Amino acid sequence: MAKFFPIGQIMGFVFSLILTVIAMLVYFTDMSFTTGMIILLVTAFIQAGLQFMVFMHAGETEDKWAIYSNIIYGIGLIVLTILGTLLILIWDM
Amino acid sequence: MSEFFAQFAVPHPSTLIYIAMASIVLGSIALVAVVTYFKLWGYLWREWITTVDHKKIGIMYLIVALVMLFRGGVDAVMMRLQLAVPENSFLDAQHYNEVFTTHGVVMILFMAMPFITFFFNYLVPLQIGARDVAFPRLNNLAFWLFFMGMGLFNISFIIGGSPDSGWTSYFPLAGNEFSTSVGTNYYMLSLQIAGLGTLLTGINFITTIFKMRAPGMTLFKMPMFTWSALIANLIIVFAFPVLTVALAMGTMDRLFDTKFFAIGDGGMDMLWANLFWVWGHPEVYILILPAFGIFSEVISTFSRRNLYGYNSMVWSMIVISVFSFAVWTHHFFTMGQGAFTNSIFSITTMAIAIPTGVKIFNWLFTMYKGKIEMTTPMLYAMHFIPLFTLGGVTGVMLAMSAADYQYHNTMFLVAHFHNVIIPGVVYAMLAGLTFYWPKMFGFMLNERIGKATVWVMSTGFVLAFIPMYITGLDGQARRMYTYSESTGFSMLNMLSFVGAGIMSVSFLMLVWNIWYSFKNSPRDIGSDPWDARGLEWATHTPIPHYNFAITPDVTDSTSEAFWDSKKNGTKLFKGEIKDIHMPNNSGQTFILSVFFFIGGFALVFSMFTLAIISLIGILACMGYRSMEDDHGYHIHKHEVEETEKSYDKKGGAK
Repeated sequence: MAKFFPIGQIMGFVFSLILTVIAMLVYFTDMSFTTGMIILLVTAFIQAGLQFMVFMHAGETEDKWAIYSNIIYGIGLIVLTILGTLLILIWDM
Repeated sequence: MSEFFAQFAVPHPSTLIYIAMASIVLGSIALVAVVTYFKLWGYLWREWITTVDHKKIGIMYLIVALVMLFRGGVDAVMMRLQLAVPENSFLDAQHYNEVFTTHGVVMILFMAMPFITFFFNYLVPLQIGARDVAFPRLNNLAFWLFFMGMGLFNISFIIGGSPDSGWTSYFPLAGNEFSTSVGTNYYMLSLQIAGLGTLLTGINFITTIFKMRAPGMTLFKMPMFTWSALIANLIIVFAFPVLTVALAMGTMDRLFDTKFFAIGDGGMDMLWANLFWVWGHPEVYILILPAFGIFSEVISTFSRRNLYGYNSMVWSMIVISVFSFAVWTHHFFTMGQGAFTNSIFSITTMAIAIPTGVKIFNWLFTMYKGKIEMTTPMLYAMHFIPLFTLGGVTGVMLAMSAADYQYHNTMFLVAHFHNVIIPGVVYAMLAGLTFYWPKMFGFMLNERIGKATVWVMSTGFVLAFIPMYITGLDGQARRMYTYSESTGFSMLNMLSFVGAGIMSVSFLMLVWNIWYSFKNSPRDIGSDPWDARGLEWATHTPIPHYNFAITPDVTDSTSEAFWDSKKNGTKLFKGEIKDIHMPNNSGQTFILSVFFFIGGFALVFSMFTLAIISLIGILACMGYRSMEDDHGYHIHKHEVEETEKSYDKKGGAK
């Protein structure tokens, strides 16, 4: 039964739809730029994590440490690059 | 009609370009004629163009790298000739711009990159005891995409004009307003296509190293070159997408008049420099880390002892891989950001010298108490250490942002980066080429000519680049096509020209060595002529199609599995020969890459109908591939046994 009705995947799908709707509300409702941005960022990161875990099966193999450390490495580099870029081109210009 | 053809004309021609055009046309006709006369088309298609064998793809990368080394070298000599005497008129300003742009792009992206990719392809599967890479067909596609990007860039100077805004292609100079020819379109699109190939290589090799290691080979039992390949490919996967995005934005600016890098209209020209170096600095480490890996293999082999500080070597590379993403601002300290930002990036830049220093000391300690055998590859390594350290120290000088205002955009900088790239990357590639030559082709390169080559090359190098440090500090700017006699630079620039000439002689000696050894070297050298240490030497020469008849088991060995089996008698090949599963060749990848080439060429000249047609072709190829079922084929047990027997008869092997 579990094979035909993968409860985890279905819950993940529904949850990702809810996240998408929340993100879309930012466009359709009237709120400040900061609030909208925060909502978008938070839902985006949860969405990305959800996709990694549920649909890309990140944590289901023996070498999941390699996948996790690559993701953490990647996030670290992205944050570094974005903060550095903001520092160079905006904050300290 | 004539208007249509007029757009392909070179906007600023010269006799040299016309000669090049004629020789390219005649050369291509001659090549086609030779291949047709000897009926080699079928052979080329079956054995090389469609191959998924990592060894053959590696050799194709090597050929491209050597041809591009020649082209980049000719550009270099032309520049030095122009600057040899003041007020020279060998090249005019426009041609000088085109030549230095081509020299930079060709040497970094189409010489050094395929050279290291050649080593990835040839060595990594052998060093981890695998039969091929994780995605063999993707590997073929990566090569052909790279090749098409290379081809697109290289036809620019005879069709439509060379890019002329430097290999960094800074906006607004590279924008439509200041670069009116299609040259910079070529830059944007050819790098995009070649970069796609590199990105695929990165994904492929990370997967290969994670998933296809021989039984018993933990990560910390991998040979040092494989470690360096893993880290370099990791950097490729994280750095190249930035270039992809930057090039896409630049292409949009040039073709569709968007304003990403425009000065007004909400654009930001400095964003290009920022994105370019977010990719560009990690790129430097993509090149140098595999070079370090090669030197580690060479130095431990010819010091006749294991590599000193294996763990610290690995950790220093991991630290470098993070730091390489944290220093990019040092390429534009003078762009106008505040002293606070510059100080941060000064410190990170100086800090990256620490793990690099760790590696230098590890090599020195490996040689200490080793029994050094001064072969040609080892001689390269011995020249590399002092020369590279000199380049590293001047790098730390450049890293100090306050002082950098003096050095910025002078010949001092040019001397610095050539001083790290030539003794670092080029020497490593040539050392590795000499070292692995017998494994690839079954004969050794002549040692006497080889050693003479190293000495001539280093002499030429020192004469060519040390004078630039002096003229740079005296204020000679880089990328200036001429200077007046009153500057007093003429004597040192003439010396540089002589040095460049001597370096050219050393490369000719390398070619001569290949020819001489091909004619004269003995062929009965066995499979381990250097008494080497890694798993890549544990198979026959020439390497059979399937690499290892039995997958090696390194549970009882160290990172130098072959050495253990020779000295301690550890058994590498346990069990019996079984059927071997191998991937099928495919011509789809080549066809797909041809569509990319046509599409790229069409976009360079804004021929959008043709571009859309080739896009449809690309999508059709991808669609066909996703419908296809290809399970590869099996080499039967008996066939493997036959092959193994034929090696035993010839002697040598194992």
